[in-house]
Amino acid sequence: MTTVAHPTTTTASPPAPKRGLRLTPAALIWPAMLYLILTTQVPFFMTVYYSFFRYNLVIPDERPFIGFGNYASLLTNPQNLQVVLNTVILAGGTLILTLLIGGAMAMLLNRNFPGRTLLRTLMISSFLVMPIVTAVVWKNMLLNPVFGFFSWVVASLGGQPVDWLAQYPMASVIAMITWEWTPFAMLILLTGLQSLPDDQLEAARLDGASPLQEFRHIVMPHWTQAIQVVVLMETIALLQVYGEIYGSTSGGPGLATTNLPYFIYQKAFAEYNIGLASAAGVITVILTNILAIYLLRMINRTNITNKGG
Amino acid sequence: MTTAPARPAINHAARTRGRNAVLTVITYLIAIAFLFPLVWMFLAAFKTEAEAFASPPVFVFTPILENFQNALPSYFPALKNSLVAAIGSTVLAFVLGLPAAFALAVYPTTRAQGTLTWMLSTKMMPAVGVIVPLFLLFRNLQLLDTLPGLILMYTTMNLPLVVWMMHSYMTEIPFAIYEAAKVDGASVAQEFFRIALPLSTPGMAATALLAVIFAWNEVFFAVNLTSSDAAPLSVFISSYKTSMGLFWAQMSAAAALTVLPVLIFGWVAQRQLVRGLSFGAVK
Repeated sequence: MTTVAHPTTTTASPPAPKRGLRLTPAALIWPAMLYLILTTQVPFFMTVYYSFFRYNLVIPDERPFIGFGNYASLLTNPQNLQVVLNTVILAGGTLILTLLIGGAMAMLLNRNFPGRTLLRTLMISSFLVMPIVTAVVWKNMLLNPVFGFFSWVVASLGGQPVDWLAQYPMASVIAMITWEWTPFAMLILLTGLQSLPDDQLEAARLDGASPLQEFRHIVMPHWTQAIQVVVLMETIALLQVYGEIYGSTSGGPGLATTNLPYFIYQKAFAEYNIGLASAAGVITVILTNILAIYLLRMINRTNITNKGG
Repeated sequence: MTTAPARPAINHAARTRGRNAVLTVITYLIAIAFLFPLVWMFLAAFKTEAEAFASPPVFVFTPILENFQNALPSYFPALKNSLVAAIGSTVLAFVLGLPAAFALAVYPTTRAQGTLTWMLSTKMMPAVGVIVPLFLLFRNLQLLDTLPGLILMYTTMNLPLVVWMMHSYMTEIPFAIYEAAKVDGASVAQEFFRIALPLSTPGMAATALLAVIFAWNEVFFAVNLTSSDAAPLSVFISSYKTSMGLFWAQMSAAAALTVLPVLIFGWVAQRQLVRGLSFGAVK
């Protein structure tokens, strides 16, 4: 992270303006803070509050306090365990694939060849596409068992047509989201590679380092921070995947592709079970924050080691 | 961001050159594979419905514009909503975020650093953690299916981005300029309007572009807080996931019209993308 400190101003308060608006730094910060508190922190505490009640919008007048009842029914139902597992598999699987493909692509693009800049620009396209467009295009035009492009490829190679979303639902969704997020990994990892000073590599080559040694001892340590940023940002985003599932499988078949966000959407907006949806929301927030805080610590530790070394 | 000069390929031996050529071909192949779904979609937008459904697929055809004409009547209201929501939320996020970014950059204290981190941490709040009370609140305030409601949510999404990015641009303004202004008796407001804002215009453009892209592409709040009157493009496109999914060519035309502006924005701003996406953590 960039920390820029201006040494002269840590204690200096602004001079009192002679006339006109009295603006202090605090007065400039408060509107933004207040807005974020009102739209994120307050609703979250309301979510926590609702999660302790049996609260269904179909019977809004009866709202008994049931303590941890919603959490208990969430955590004891084995079906819900699958939803949590789906969330982790979806995020983890996509993360690993985007790191591998994005990393390879970053190394390939970090060379001099004709059309390099154009290719790099075009490669970011799938990240810019609206998730719901990705979903409907993949579902209809690529993964369709009869007319889909991928089925035609399989058939022309002599295979049987495949109903991707029915037979391999999770793998299909992961493929789709990997397609979307690989450019992100590529972009961040490429920037990381480009900030590697040339002289370090030259020196290693002069010392007779093999390409593998060069990669392990020079590129990798330098690359760590970029990799960690990808892991952190993608983890937060991928735990929240919603549009792609909403637009393609609707969580099915069965529960095969239902992750926590989609599950909460179903509980709240199809079953009107506000209490249960709130409890699941709280669990998602806790899960995201545990992972994010752990990853942030890791990044900060690397930052300190890098600066010290 | 510094543009690192491309590392000169080491062409000492013909063998390295040969290996490089192979790697370049591989790079092109991967890039083509990645672009294929989009190319396929854009092609289908110009096909007849029969050609779009054809198996084996049709690669050569006479392009038509009929699909665009058919998609437009329902596209325009959604486009209007998307534009208002994206631009409205970006403007509101700037109004709230620019002064905060300025104060945090020009008067940095230990608390300021904490405030900055806290703002970023609101991005770790999954939308599902707040959607239930917000939905109920919106229902009581009659904000469901309204553009002001959508703008309020997108502002929440974009505000930390604006504060964080503008903070990083404003710290790059040489501090001596502020000090000179102070000596001349400039007030905080004058420093903000006369120095910080004019000197960070390029940063503002990049930040605005990113904020618009994020709001444009958002699905979760759009699906759950709007239905018809305020439905943006993401909701319009999702109507093709069910019954309308039978019209592939028309769906492709609608999707093309939806993603093209964002693609162009993103290509233009690709260098700034890195900064915005990683919150300046990688440069």
